[in-house]
Amino acid sequence: MSSSGADGLNWQRLNPWTPVVLGGRALVIVALLGSEEASRGTSSREVTIYIGIAILAASVVIGVVRWLVTKWALDGVTLRIETGLFRRDARQLPVARIQAVDVVRPFLARVFGLAELRIRLAGGGKSGGRLTYLSEAAAVDLRARLMAGHHGLDMATPEPAERPIATVATGRLVASAILQPATLVAIVFVVVLLALESISPKSADGAETGTGLTLGLYLFGLARVTWRRVATEYGFAVAAAPDGIRLKRGLFSTVNETIPFARVQAVRKSEPFTWHFLGWCRLEVDVAGSPGREQGTRSGKVTKALLPVGPTALADELFSNLLGLQQFPLSKPPRRARWKSPLSYHFLAAGDNGLVAAGSCGRLKKVTTWVPLEKVQSVRRVQGPVQRLLHLATVHVDAAGRDVRAEFRDRDVHEADALFEKLVVQSRSARRAVSGHGNAVHGPLGVVAPVNGAAGDAQPVDRDGAALLSVTGQPPPPRP
Amino acid sequence: MNSNPGWMTPSPKLWSMRFTEGAVVAVLVAVAVAAGTASQGAGLAVGLAVVVLVAGVVYLFLAHRRFRAWAYQEREEDLVVSRGVMFRRESVVPYGRMQFVDVTAGPVERIFKLKTVKLHTAAAASDARIPGLEPDEAARLRDRLAALGEAKAAGV
Repeated sequence: MSSSGADGLNWQRLNPWTPVVLGGRALVIVALLGSEEASRGTSSREVTIYIGIAILAASVVIGVVRWLVTKWALDGVTLRIETGLFRRDARQLPVARIQAVDVVRPFLARVFGLAELRIRLAGGGKSGGRLTYLSEAAAVDLRARLMAGHHGLDMATPEPAERPIATVATGRLVASAILQPATLVAIVFVVVLLALESISPKSADGAETGTGLTLGLYLFGLARVTWRRVATEYGFAVAAAPDGIRLKRGLFSTVNETIPFARVQAVRKSEPFTWHFLGWCRLEVDVAGSPGREQGTRSGKVTKALLPVGPTALADELFSNLLGLQQFPLSKPPRRARWKSPLSYHFLAAGDNGLVAAGSCGRLKKVTTWVPLEKVQSVRRVQGPVQRLLHLATVHVDAAGRDVRAEFRDRDVHEADALFEKLVVQSRSARRAVSGHGNAVHGPLGVVAPVNGAAGDAQPVDRDGAALLSVTGQPPPPRP
Repeated sequence: MNSNPGWMTPSPKLWSMRFTEGAVVAVLVAVAVAAGTASQGAGLAVGLAVVVLVAGVVYLFLAHRRFRAWAYQEREEDLVVSRGVMFRRESVVPYGRMQFVDVTAGPVERIFKLKTVKLHTAAAASDARIPGLEPDEAARLRDRLAALGEAKAAGV
């Protein structure tokens, strides 16, 4: 399995079962194609079988070749992945720049006890890496080494114990997935259809089947979306560990994610109106970067749910205890902003506390975004013609990602100008304070609290009283 | 604000470029409209052509205001780009957040020997683009931004 190359690195191969799992995927596709062919009965059975065997053989050969040419090695500071038969692709992933590490177990891989390791780096669709597949034990072990290396510890440090924080019950998850605006649309659709039916039972047949078909397709799509949501977020659990936030979810394919605290770019809370009467909300964090080449965008938005659904009180607790952020009141824009944003004025609010900027907006779904000032990528002031008439302006505080920002929407012009200046200065000093901890690109990464490194009173605290995050930026002591 | 010292503006050639673009399009559209309606009377054809040309003049007036609104300032810690008349936008991008600098020149820009410098950060919305720079200024800005970005890199 492993060999020491001329470069003195301990090169390792992926798990030898990898081609089998990849071939198994092809088997599913071939079976689907074959059954469709058989049901249509257009071509002879033999041809179908030969085509199926050819596809299978090709996928196995490709899998074996891929396995043969792929190697990885980990030295103290870099994970190297080399792959490709004709076009060699050699990647070096600096451990210090890791944004998140995911252990993904697709259903078929789970059967073989395999797992995929995805490493996200900042900046760029091609800057991440993935190892498909490792044995589960090897994947977990490599993750532990990467995270230890990321925090500047000896890589042999065992993975620190995690402290479970919250789980989501299946019943609540299913209820939340059903309680979406699309379901309301479906209900209205059915009610209207039934009402029409009762008014004029003898409507034209053609129109009726057309409507029925549309409804059927809509319901099918709805069921698929709902099912996917339940399947991906089934058994959700969030836990805190000294090396970051740990997330666990999935029904058939399971995902374990680890996000270092300092890598959280923004926090978002969504409250759809369909959940309002239950007092539920969804809490997400944004992490920069994407795993490997799949996402084509330069800086794909990577959103991870910290709580797919839960009572607001629980979300607030995660907010303060897990992320170490403090709640602060948001203020509404002046009443005249109603003329500019009549449909969303009721949710418009924004504020900052010198460490974090936050803004909420939305028409039917209230979305509040918090951006730690040290993570601010740019600050923008925008004023449109209607806003100029009303003496309003909007200030955007951008974080890494495609559309991640806290918006101070429709504020009074003077307030907006002052905010613009203030946020630029405050984010500069927040950034400096963090780089002062050695959290620069090239330096060793300290474990720095995501936001309030200065306000040390809201640190997440371990059961035995030790601070999970050290304020000084020193890495936590190695666990025995 | 643009009269403050330290604010730089794109090359006046950007206005020549915008003017040429607008004028050529307006004249071409006017000729096409006139030719298309000529069969229905010369009066109508000329009238429509005049309407198109007037619209072109209005567009050029707005384009000139937009051209004059472009400005940028290299401050100690960040780059400020300000633009727009109807929709006024002002962006502040810290050098430390810079991921890379793009210098591009489209076909029309190449005719006028102009370049666009764009500063990319990890946030797609950052919007720090400066069009219509002379090649020398574009090169100077690119090198300076690259050097400052290196010196003040803050990671993500």
